[in-house]
Amino acid sequence: MNILVYINSSNHLAKSALEAVAYAKKIGGTITVVATGSVDDATLGTLGEYGAQKVLVDRSVSTEDSQQVTRLIAKAAESTGAELIVFSHDLVAKAVAPRLSVRLKAGLISGAVDVPNANGQVKVNVFSGKAFGFVSVKSATKIISLLPNSFQPEKSGSACAVEAFDGGAGASVIKVVETKIPEGEIPLPEAELVVSAGRGLKGPENWGMVEDLAKVLGAATACSRPVADIGWRPHHEHVGQTGVAIRPNLYIAAGISGAIQHLAGVNGSKVIVVINTDPEAPFFKAADYGVVGDAFEVLPKLTEAVKKFRSTPH
Amino acid sequence: MKILVCISKSPDTTSKIAFTDGNKQFDENGVQYIVNPYDEWYALVRGLELKETLGGNLTIITVGNVADEAIIRKALAIGADDAVRIDADPKDAYYTATQIAEYAKSNGFDLILTGKETINYNGSQVAGMIAEALDLPFVSLATKLEINGTTARMEQEIVGGIQVVEANLPLVVSCAKGMAEQRIPNMRGIMAARTKPLTVVAPAAVEELTAYVEYGLPAAKSAVKMIDPNNMDELVALLHNEAKVI
Ligand SMILES: Cc1cc2nc3c(=O)[nH]c(=O)nc-3n(C[C@H](O)[C@H](O)[C@H](O)COP(=O)(O)OP(=O)(O)OC[C@H]3O[C@@H](n4cnc5c(N)ncnc54)[C@H](O)[C@@H]3O)c2cc1C
Repeated sequence: MNILVYINSSNHLAKSALEAVAYAKKIGGTITVVATGSVDDATLGTLGEYGAQKVLVDRSVSTEDSQQVTRLIAKAAESTGAELIVFSHDLVAKAVAPRLSVRLKAGLISGAVDVPNANGQVKVNVFSGKAFGFVSVKSATKIISLLPNSFQPEKSGSACAVEAFDGGAGASVIKVVETKIPEGEIPLPEAELVVSAGRGLKGPENWGMVEDLAKVLGAATACSRPVADIGWRPHHEHVGQTGVAIRPNLYIAAGISGAIQHLAGVNGSKVIVVINTDPEAPFFKAADYGVVGDAFEVLPKLTEAVKKFRSTPH
Repeated sequence: MKILVCISKSPDTTSKIAFTDGNKQFDENGVQYIVNPYDEWYALVRGLELKETLGGNLTIITVGNVADEAIIRKALAIGADDAVRIDADPKDAYYTATQIAEYAKSNGFDLILTGKETINYNGSQVAGMIAEALDLPFVSLATKLEINGTTARMEQEIVGGIQVVEANLPLVVSCAKGMAEQRIPNMRGIMAARTKPLTVVAPAAVEELTAYVEYGLPAAKSAVKMIDPNNMDELVALLHNEAKVI
């Protein structure tokens, strides 16, 4: 099977890009990557180590313009005879994959969490993670976007060739006015460890202890919805059904009740630790480890314990 | 300004999720349907705010059957001027988007808004599909939207930050949190909604491209392990040795 994997990489190859290539490798076939973004050829060539046979790159395409990216991928799909096109389910894919589906009349499965089963059906999360479903595609060409952090990238091959490719994109109709990226923060969707807190923390002035723990762990910080709504924390930290959905390896929740809408965005976490004064808090039902206690005492103790652990060799 | 807001129904956020018919059908027993929160709170309300400042008309559209008229009336009560129901079961995103695009094609909208995804299928597909079918620019998951003349300025959350982009109308935008604040319909709105126009349109012939074959529920979690609040060393050890996450 000819598989095309689209990668949007500005500055560095995101882990999600490696996941997408390794996912295609696991499905099996001839894998061509089509890439946009500023990453240099040598770095793009390392995608060969994850299974790519060749990388086609068009740096003139603006990833903000879904029409340009769609034209590029459609052209690459035609030139490689792609039967399957794989994306990582990120902001660009959410704009481009549906367009491509219409353009190529190719069924789209978004948010895949596994490779297709023996019947070609693909598992996805539905009802905000409260259930899963298996989707089949009726068209000959198929498109899958892979949920980040649901597939482990594995290295096996060696570097591959990188070729310039003219996507025939034309001028962009989307103008980027400004990009604001705060320095030094770990972006939440990419974070493997997340420390989160809710209304139980009583006020924004108490977030220091959340940040202290996040710092010693090298974790990102998150919060429940009311906390973002009252303005204690920035909106981009709000996780849950109506906020960011995350799938970190470790999610530590302090002073969060564990309402169903909160769980919906975090129940994909591999391990959940809950700290709450109320032993009946619903979050304990979804937790792997629970601490019934006051976050104001437990968080600093946990920070100290992590510090101690980090300073002793293992 | 002619604004079209796409709304879909979704189970109330507290609904218990279950399946019937050998896990092939969603169990609707006891499920209360609401307007998908992203459609209602962000797309619809931002659309209304824009209409209120710039003038014009806001139409809502849904692909669905007679039972879905309840969510249409809710959206009308919040302030939409009129509504369109395409009389069909929304079989998959492609089917739904194509129906909406067919209607939009012959009605010339300046702005088409959707929520970023539905909370039942979480696909993030319909808006981009409409944009492609109409050959329009599309901005996904916008958290802010301002219109100045024929130019739209939007913010999007990108990995680790925010990006500000501009595009010309006509345009398709999917809306995420930040766009607007939820509005509760008042008595006057609810009364007015009863008499606002609702057009029912026959569906176009469209083949769907995907199908849900089966559903399931995640395996039950094993019981939580409780740790003494005075023994955080034990928690750290478990996270390292047992869970292997630090
Ligand atoms: C349509 C809809 C969508 C929603 N989407 C989201 C979403 O995306 N994300 C989200 O988070 N919520 C969402 N919500 C809100 C959700 O239902 C809850 O209201 C919210 O998650 C509660 O936040 P909380 O746990 O921080 O606050 P609370 O419910 O007030 O809980 C605070 C918790 O802190 C504990 N506590 C208090 N003091 C301490 C202490 N000193 N130490 C330790 N624990 C303490 C309490 O026992 C309690 O369990 C949504 C709601 C609706 C209706």
